[in-house]
Amino acid sequence: MARAIRRFGWTIAVYVLFALLMVITVFIKPDYGSFEWNTLTLAALPLAFAAAAQTIIVLSGGIDLSIGPLMALANVLSLSAMLGHDLNYSVGVALVVLLEVTLAGALNGVIIVVTRVPDIVITLATSFIWAGLALLVLAKPTPGIPLDFQNLAQGSTFSPWVPNALLLLLVIPLIWIPLRRSRAGLAIYAVGSDRNAAFRSGVNLGLSRVLAYAVGGFFAACGGLALSMTTGVGTPLAGTYYTLSAVSAIVLGGVSLAGGRGGMLGPLAAAYILSLIPAVLIYLGIDPNYGQMIQGVLIVLVVMIGGLGVVLRRA
Amino acid sequence: MAAVRNDTPLVDSRPLLEASGLAKNFGPVVALRSADLRVRGGEIHALMGANGAGKSTLVKILTGALTSDGGTILLGGRTRSFRSTAEARKAGLICVYQDPSLLPDLTVLQNLNLTATPISTFRRYLVELGLEGFDLQSLPRELARPTLSLLDLARALAIEPQLLLLDEITASLPADLTVRVFNVARQVRAEGRSVIFISHRLAEVSALCDRATVLRDGKTVGVVEPAQGGEERIVKLMLGPVADEVAAEAASPSAPTTGGVAFEVRDLKAGMLNDVSFTLRFGEVLGVAALEGQGQQELFDCLAGVRRPDSGQIVVGGKARTFRHPADAIGAGMVLIPADRLQALLRQRSVRENIALPLVNRFSRWGPINPRREKRRVEAAVRRLQIDTRVQSEVRRLSGGNQQKVGIARWLVGGFQTLLCFDPTRGIDIGTKRQIYGLVKELATNGSAVLLFTSELPEIQLACNRVIVLFGGRLVDEMPAAEADEKALLRAAHGLPAEAEGA
Repeated sequence: MARAIRRFGWTIAVYVLFALLMVITVFIKPDYGSFEWNTLTLAALPLAFAAAAQTIIVLSGGIDLSIGPLMALANVLSLSAMLGHDLNYSVGVALVVLLEVTLAGALNGVIIVVTRVPDIVITLATSFIWAGLALLVLAKPTPGIPLDFQNLAQGSTFSPWVPNALLLLLVIPLIWIPLRRSRAGLAIYAVGSDRNAAFRSGVNLGLSRVLAYAVGGFFAACGGLALSMTTGVGTPLAGTYYTLSAVSAIVLGGVSLAGGRGGMLGPLAAAYILSLIPAVLIYLGIDPNYGQMIQGVLIVLVVMIGGLGVVLRRA
Repeated sequence: MAAVRNDTPLVDSRPLLEASGLAKNFGPVVALRSADLRVRGGEIHALMGANGAGKSTLVKILTGALTSDGGTILLGGRTRSFRSTAEARKAGLICVYQDPSLLPDLTVLQNLNLTATPISTFRRYLVELGLEGFDLQSLPRELARPTLSLLDLARALAIEPQLLLLDEITASLPADLTVRVFNVARQVRAEGRSVIFISHRLAEVSALCDRATVLRDGKTVGVVEPAQGGEERIVKLMLGPVADEVAAEAASPSAPTTGGVAFEVRDLKAGMLNDVSFTLRFGEVLGVAALEGQGQQELFDCLAGVRRPDSGQIVVGGKARTFRHPADAIGAGMVLIPADRLQALLRQRSVRENIALPLVNRFSRWGPINPRREKRRVEAAVRRLQIDTRVQSEVRRLSGGNQQKVGIARWLVGGFQTLLCFDPTRGIDIGTKRQIYGLVKELATNGSAVLLFTSELPEIQLACNRVIVLFGGRLVDEMPAAEADEKALLRAAHGLPAEAEGA
């Protein structure tokens, strides 16, 4: 029990922080209801996917600066192909887009493994490539995602308190849990934890890293489609915000940027926390652009507190 | 082609492993020229050699971590070449390294799953190694180093390998655990399987191993039976032509000196260290003898300005000093050579830059660096220490012995008064070790002061004039080096009084 708390303490703390923020929100806005909750889940959906993508890549010891542009690419690809079509066709398009962007993510990994150039350099370079591609597909923001497709995320099929945007997050555990329990998933942690020891344990380093980037690409594609569903618009420059916010979310969620440590639950809660802050500011009547500053302060504080915990444990 | 050695006509002479003519180059550096190794079934075979002789490269080739540039490997009569450690593992070859290969962030159980290790066999070997009831949910990150070594060993044993390679596994193990490892190795031998054992400690090799293959400069230079007086031959083979030179250099211990006071420690307290007082004089090498964790780390940390003492004084040049930062200690002329070379070196920078570092610090202040003077002094130091500079680009690619020499060369160039050596020869081969001791003595003869802690007690006499012994954080004994043979030091280091009548 004590060990569970020590090992999952950070994740628990992130959820406590989220709960605390929700309590404060309800206190500020006593008429907080299912509509506001739905708005939050919609706002958090793309960021949650971006965080999931970054999580798995960082766990493998890498980092992906092209997650945002990959999302934008998925977003504009879906708009250009769905424009004026029905739901079934749109879902088909969505599957193709998932495949395409997963391959783009895998390509990131292949280039990194083959060239041995640091992840940060390659993904910075490819981020421009994906962003450029997105602009070629769609020169300017264009509405036109079919309404039926939008409703996949915007509705509340089961209960107003369990909006579809929350249910769509189930895609993440659906991929993550089986992966986490497989040798391949262990290998991803292993590569990020200690590359030399992983090599000696017989792990195929290159393949594991490419797998992490491919799954990351898949989640980024989900994020891009989430953007399509939640905004209804194809926006070629939509990604810029998400790359670094995803990094914020995973740091807040307790994933070590050095790789190998952390899980998926923390970053998901962190994505909700980061999406809740601007909303709270609006309820308070403060310019939501302060949100970015508060996000920064929050990260510094949280990481400091985490560091303090480590120091105290050592003493 | 190669002459067959039939020095030991055992019954089972058919080799389990027969590697011949193995070669490996890393760019211009030849790591392995022509290594031959024949291991019989049911044998514990030592692999010996100075640092950089090619032992690690050979092990890596045998276990599939590297591919060879030439030569053949026969396993059970069949030609094999492994392209990955997983492949070698399947064929029954597995290596346990000095630094454990368990992933720090996966639980022990996950580590076992990662390598598809049978759990029940693993548990059985854990019992053999004295880790009964071990919790498989532990994280290696939170475990002690010796425990990790044993876990790593048990994991390797659990696949019942035909050939188990132990690469300096005993270097980080206390004596009682070493005994357990030996017992398990003997058990493997009794089952007709084989072990390749790598260690710098000759005593371990002669206690455990049936035969020893000696490598020098990437070549196999001999196969010896270490048990009956083979130790001397092993040393001779390892060192090659320089052997006699080195033997001459390990002269009789020097007498105590009476130079000026380099520094004086008064009632020093820090952590474990308790009320320690002594004086170090210029012109002498003062040995510190202690078992693991008796306060020597704290002592050196205080003297080098790494930590502040709880109380007590460090008097240098007649003045009590407070070191707030290593820079203060260096300013007072006291420089540290740590056991872990890489703590002191910029591992990704060149030999030249590493050596010139204190120079840059000292002379040029804010102005430009004078490249010619720097080059001259660095080259003089490299020559003097015979540093192998074939690998110019990055210090981390040098062998351990050469790295340590770079660490010392830095201060030769930078200038110092007192050298604080904390186990400077840890994991370094005999030849380089003796070179380092020779250098330390020479520095003292030329007027410096040296404080030297070594974990290998027999070596105190090689270098020191005088010895102090720490036990339980206190200074319990002091003796001239002439009296400080291994027996006397062991007694003192265990807190026992000296024998009444001279031993």
